[in-house]
Amino acid sequence: MTKEELKGVYKTYRDLPLTPITSVNSAANRTGFWKTFKPVMDAEKCIKCGICWKFCPDVAVKMKPGELPSFDLEHCKGCGICAHECPKKAITMVMEGE
Amino acid sequence: MVMTGNYASAYGAKVCRAEVISAYPITPQTSIVEKIATLVSSGEMKAQFVKVESEHSAMAALISASMTGARTYTATSSHGLLLMHELLIWAAGARTPIVMSNVCRANGPPWSVWADHHDAIAQRDTGWMQVFCEGNQEVLDSIIMAYKLGENPNIRLPTMINEDAFILSHTVEPVDVPEMEDVDDFLPPYNPRFKLDVDEPYGFGSLVMPEMYMEFRFKINEAMEAARQGWRDVEKDFEKKFGRNHGGMVEFYQCEDADAVLIMAGSIASTAKDVVDKLRSEGKKVGLARIRIFRPFPVEEIRKLAGMTNILAMCDHSYTFGHWGPMAQEVRGALYDLADKPLLKNYIVGLGGKDMTPEVIEKIYLKTLALKDGLDADIEWIGVKGHGGW
Amino acid sequence: MIEVRFHGRGGQGAVIASNILAEAAFIEGKEVSAFPFFGVERRGAPVTAYTRIADTKIRNKSGIYAPDFVVVMDPSLLNAVNIVEGLKPGGLVLLNTKLEPEKLRANLGLSPDQRLATIPATDIAIKHRLGSKSAPIVNSSVLGAFARVSGVVGLEPLIKAVKKNVPIKIDENAAAAREAYESVVIL
Repeated sequence: MTKEELKGVYKTYRDLPLTPITSVNSAANRTGFWKTFKPVMDAEKCIKCGICWKFCPDVAVKMKPGELPSFDLEHCKGCGICAHECPKKAITMVMEGE
Repeated sequence: MVMTGNYASAYGAKVCRAEVISAYPITPQTSIVEKIATLVSSGEMKAQFVKVESEHSAMAALISASMTGARTYTATSSHGLLLMHELLIWAAGARTPIVMSNVCRANGPPWSVWADHHDAIAQRDTGWMQVFCEGNQEVLDSIIMAYKLGENPNIRLPTMINEDAFILSHTVEPVDVPEMEDVDDFLPPYNPRFKLDVDEPYGFGSLVMPEMYMEFRFKINEAMEAARQGWRDVEKDFEKKFGRNHGGMVEFYQCEDADAVLIMAGSIASTAKDVVDKLRSEGKKVGLARIRIFRPFPVEEIRKLAGMTNILAMCDHSYTFGHWGPMAQEVRGALYDLADKPLLKNYIVGLGGKDMTPEVIEKIYLKTLALKDGLDADIEWIGVKGHGGW
Repeated sequence: MIEVRFHGRGGQGAVIASNILAEAAFIEGKEVSAFPFFGVERRGAPVTAYTRIADTKIRNKSGIYAPDFVVVMDPSLLNAVNIVEGLKPGGLVLLNTKLEPEKLRANLGLSPDQRLATIPATDIAIKHRLGSKSAPIVNSSVLGAFARVSGVVGLEPLIKAVKKNVPIKIDENAAAAREAYESVVIL
């Protein structure tokens, strides 16, 4: 079986590899549509401490040291941990569509 | 050379060039890993020895190592094997052809270090292939065959090599250790198509929806079914290369015109052969069938055996409660569809290392020869003080 | 088939002795098997080890209950263990002791057809500086004596097996075996 065949459509058991193999990075799995609430940052309150970046279980908070963090909404599932942990309450969870 | 079954296991791993070994000590397996550790530290064996804190971790280490394409080996016994149980099922599902020596030892309580097959039998359902050995040479040879068959792309299943506690593990017997060049010739390097590799990364073992789970299990089923002929073939190839044959999936000893045949597995079968010779010399036509390959279960060979005699008696060296002896159930199942079935008796023997002497085995043969139909065929425990005349 | 039972204390090398005997017989082309009494062993605790020697492949994997020979490596075991249990009629006991056989026979419970041999293996071991004065390694001396009184293995194969299996003082062990071979007393 070739690497390309792994990404193919499996019609019968014969088309499968011996054990389930994932050949794409999990980043290809866009879970952003799972969320009901999305995080919104109040830039004035943010002190760039990086706590939201550390706590995000989905690596959906992107941040360079000393810079304002940003949210990767294609992967963010809206769990709200970043808002909960922010020491300055700079993040608010806002209903999708608002 | 003369050596213990444990050293035979260690040398088996060595000549097969096992690359990653991870194990946790447990009586009576300890000298296997001690020997391997010595061979690795002296440089005689080129392998990575991963020290871990439990048998569960040992199996975890080996599953991952095997998935990088390394040939892996470990050894354990009874409670250690039981601790690995969860991961034994994983190893088979992940199609990692790990080879493991299991030193068959009774499970507690009561605490026991002596020979009993319960530990191996309790892993029937894991998807591992299982071999039961009657001697130290067979232990070493089976390791070589297990890698050869297990790593075959159509099989890709792990194998448990069962050697009885102390009776094989600590008993010194003549063993011929094959030359590594000859083993290299017989056993090519392990090279799975997909492996854990930073240059070509993959994820393994992910969630599968109901639409596809059964299909993966069906593939394992196909492999296990193919392993029947696989074992027959690898034994023939082994004999061609190394000149030794251990009897195929079921070894038949003087079964051809027998009035009664005892079926056994492991070292007790070896002692029974002496008893067969003695009884035959006295005019009693008895035989001994030794189940060597237990998983996949040798249905064809058992049906062939049924055609040779009118009375079969399975001597189970383990008991799991709630039904007949474990191997007896499987033999009985294999015979169900036959129109012409022999009487099938079940004895439970040798639990916790209760010695199966030639005298006891002879008593069992004589009892078996005297069996008639019906209730005589019930399960019978041998040697329990106060029961059944013992 | 010849069956031998060794009595020793954990740490004295009884198990190694049973293995060396097996290896010596193997060198002579025999089929062999050797095993300890499988128990939880500890330094100082009584230990039993066994060897089977035969001309044809040994298939019997059960215990030895009626040995042809009994070898006692530590004289203090006489008070702890019934060393003559199961000894076959006409069987022989080899005892590591300074005492002469006549003095011991009465206390051992041997039947008239069973034989006794003695060897001062502890003295021989100390003389060859094997082990320490308090914990001498007597197995090579005992085996040398055993080869002589039993006729089960020759001295040269035994010496070969001793040299192969002792971790240190290879020549001293061989010399002790040889000396014991020469000086064992049979009643």
